[in-house]
Parts: sequence; structure tokens; C-alpha cells
Amino acid sequence: MDEDRHHSHDHTEPPSDLELRVRSLESLMVEKGLVDPEALDALIDIYEHKVGPRNGAKVVAKAWADPEFKQWLRDEPTAAIVSLGYTGRQGEHMKVVENTPKVHNLVVCTLCSCYPWTVLGLPPVWYKSAPYRSRAVIDPRGVLEEFGTEVSKDIELRVWDSTSEMRYLVLPERPAGTEGWSQEQLERLVTRNSMIGVERARSPSELEK
Amino acid sequence: MNGGHDLGGMHGLGPTHPELETEEPVFHAEWERRVFALTVAAGFLGKWTIDQSRHARERQHPADYLRHTYYENWLAGLETLLVETGLIDEDELHSGQTTRHFREEDDIRVLKAEAVAATLTKGGPVTMDIPLEPKFAAGDSVRVSNLNPTGHTRAPRYARGKRGVVEMDHGVHVFADKNAHGTREGQHLYGVRFTARELWGGEASKRDIVHIDLWDDHLEPA
Repeated sequence: MDEDRHHSHDHTEPPSDLELRVRSLESLMVEKGLVDPEALDALIDIYEHKVGPRNGAKVVAKAWADPEFKQWLRDEPTAAIVSLGYTGRQGEHMKVVENTPKVHNLVVCTLCSCYPWTVLGLPPVWYKSAPYRSRAVIDPRGVLEEFGTEVSKDIELRVWDSTSEMRYLVLPERPAGTEGWSQEQLERLVTRNSMIGVERARSPSELEK
Repeated sequence: MNGGHDLGGMHGLGPTHPELETEEPVFHAEWERRVFALTVAAGFLGKWTIDQSRHARERQHPADYLRHTYYENWLAGLETLLVETGLIDEDELHSGQTTRHFREEDDIRVLKAEAVAATLTKGGPVTMDIPLEPKFAAGDSVRVSNLNPTGHTRAPRYARGKRGVVEMDHGVHVFADKNAHGTREGQHLYGVRFTARELWGGEASKRDIVHIDLWDDHLEPA
């Protein structure tokens, strides 16, 4: 099988051992009546197409545009987020951490991959990977550099290690030059990475690129 | 446990190599989709908790844990839990053939497709509404106990023995360390603030902070 894999890729690859192992487990679980195959498809569809960082972008844009909502987000983050319809698994206990000219926040889970699914969806590969999990706490500025993000030495960098069921969402700073923008316009500046804290929100000029 | 999953502060694991946000798919292969869905669906059988599920992944040999991709670790954890709870036996797992079907008295509650959306929306809060005096309050100086349990713990190695300040009391949460071993007990959970210098020494930036959530049993007054 290895030889097959190494020569030219002009034909369909045979399934790997891993694919076979997963298929075998799935058919076993279905046959034993432990899972409903249609429920599996529904779960995949929800996390691949419905729940994702556009939810979080709506939370952030509303906080930028609406001071009352922003205060609510500080005081009762879970309730404020639920009010927009983002509720449930891996978002039961939310805390919003706010970037300011003096503070930059960064979220990690050194022990596994805890992440606020309701507002950001499933985490990207790098967030779950050993390099990020090991270094975000000991060398956060080095990690940020790899994302092209420089944080001045005068700014306090706060790293949030998600060791409990509390889930952290970064509220990035509202970019300059967006006075009078609508919530919908603001939303386009909010990236997933800015809500984890590895980047800042996009600037109006980046949006034009 | 001091396992291969407890990565905070470890060196030599390389750069982060992020994929471009605009180009990264949610899943990178069909088998990842299946492992994700099987794990989440099987979780709703009610035979184990999320903490038991984490512990099943982290009990692998550290070399395996670090070598595996993310969803390979999920797969290994799922197989472990299915076998340990007796839902699937070793022979079935290796042969892929069923030797035993469940009967009504086995009380197998399967997540049905029509219940998926509502079940996810409901979530599973871990706060407990019980009267329990907190051991600490915001502003208290605390030290993380020098704990080295062989079972599950959410007190990361890099914080043990280190001094911090309680910043907030999150209320009573299910204590993950015990919940991973089948005991549901509530304890106050605190957000504790550590300076980077306390954790990593004088070379660390004097402005940097690490926040860690820790339960009553992890902390002592300092």
C-alpha cells in the first residue's frame, strides 16, 4: 500500500488505515444502535455550516456600535451573548475580555482545546496544536509575531488559559476610521483570529484589499 | 496526571504554522468529520462526562498523544471509553463485527437526528446552585498546591507551587478533577492572575500576565 501512495496521484488513493479504522468504528456503532447516522450528519452540518466565527463577529460589532450592549457584555457576558441567539454547548459560561490601548488579551487552552463554540465554531488546527498550546503561556509575544502581530512592550499582555468550563472571547479594539459605520459594516472587520487575540481587527484599508 | 497533554511552557514543539483564516476548512478530511460527530453523539449516551472524555485522551502514552493529530486523539479517547464502559468489547473493536446487540433493559439512549439542534442549544451548564462558602475572595494571595495526582487534574504543571492573586470567583462549578473519575462535586472556581515573572522567572516580560481558572482544592493561602 505504501508504494501505491508514493507513485503518481493520477488515480484514487486507497483508503488509509486510519480511514478504515474510523469507517469500521462507525459501522459498528451504527449496527449496535449507539448512534443514529442521520444525527451524525446533522452534527457535522451544524458545525461545518451554521455555527462559526460570524456569530462572534456579530457580538463584537454590536458591542462596538452599542455602548449599552457592551456594558451588558462586561457585566453578564453569557446572557448578553444568548440574547443574540448564540447559546448552548461550549458557550454555557462565557467571559469577554476587552482589548484596550493598554491591554491585549490572548486565549489558549494548554491542557486540551477548550474554545467558545457558540460564538467561534470549532477551533482551527493551530489552536489545538502542541506548538500553540505550549508557547502561548511562556512566549506569547513570540507566538503573536508568527501571526504578524506586534504588541508594544508598554502594553500588558494577558493570556487566558482555559482550564475550566469558562470560555473566553476577546473583544478587539474598534479600528480607527470607522466612525459612523453601521453594525453590518463593522462586522466585516472582525476576524476569528481577532477574537482569539492572535491578531487585531482589520482596518478599513485592509478591507479594501 | 503529568501527561503528554499538559503542554504549557514546553519547548521544542516548533512554530505555530497557522493556515490562513480565510482558507482553512473546518475539517481537513472526511474521517475527521466522522470522528467529531461520533464523539459528540456518543457523549450524549450519558455513559461518561466531558471530563472523563478529556481524561481518556490524555491517558495515552505521551509519545502517542504528541505524535497523533487532533482527531486521532479524539478517536483513541472514544475507543477507550466505548471499551471501558462495555458498550463495545475489544473483540468487536478489532474485528468490526458485532457480537452483542443491546436490549431494552440496557437503557441505551441514542441522540436522534431530530433532537440534535435542540440538544446542542440546551448545552450542559456545569455551575451548581448549592450553598457553599468560598475559601477565597477576590484580592486574596494564593499558591497553587504542589499536586501531582496520577488521575485527571485541570491544574497545569507550570502553575504548581506558584503564587497568584484571585481576581474573581466564578461561583460553584463541578470540580473537573473528581468528575473525571465519576464523582460530581461542586467547588468554587476562581480566575487567578499570575505574573509571567512568577511563572517563568526574571527573563519574562514584566508586564505580562497569565490567568488560570482553578478550584478550591487546587489552592492554598499564600
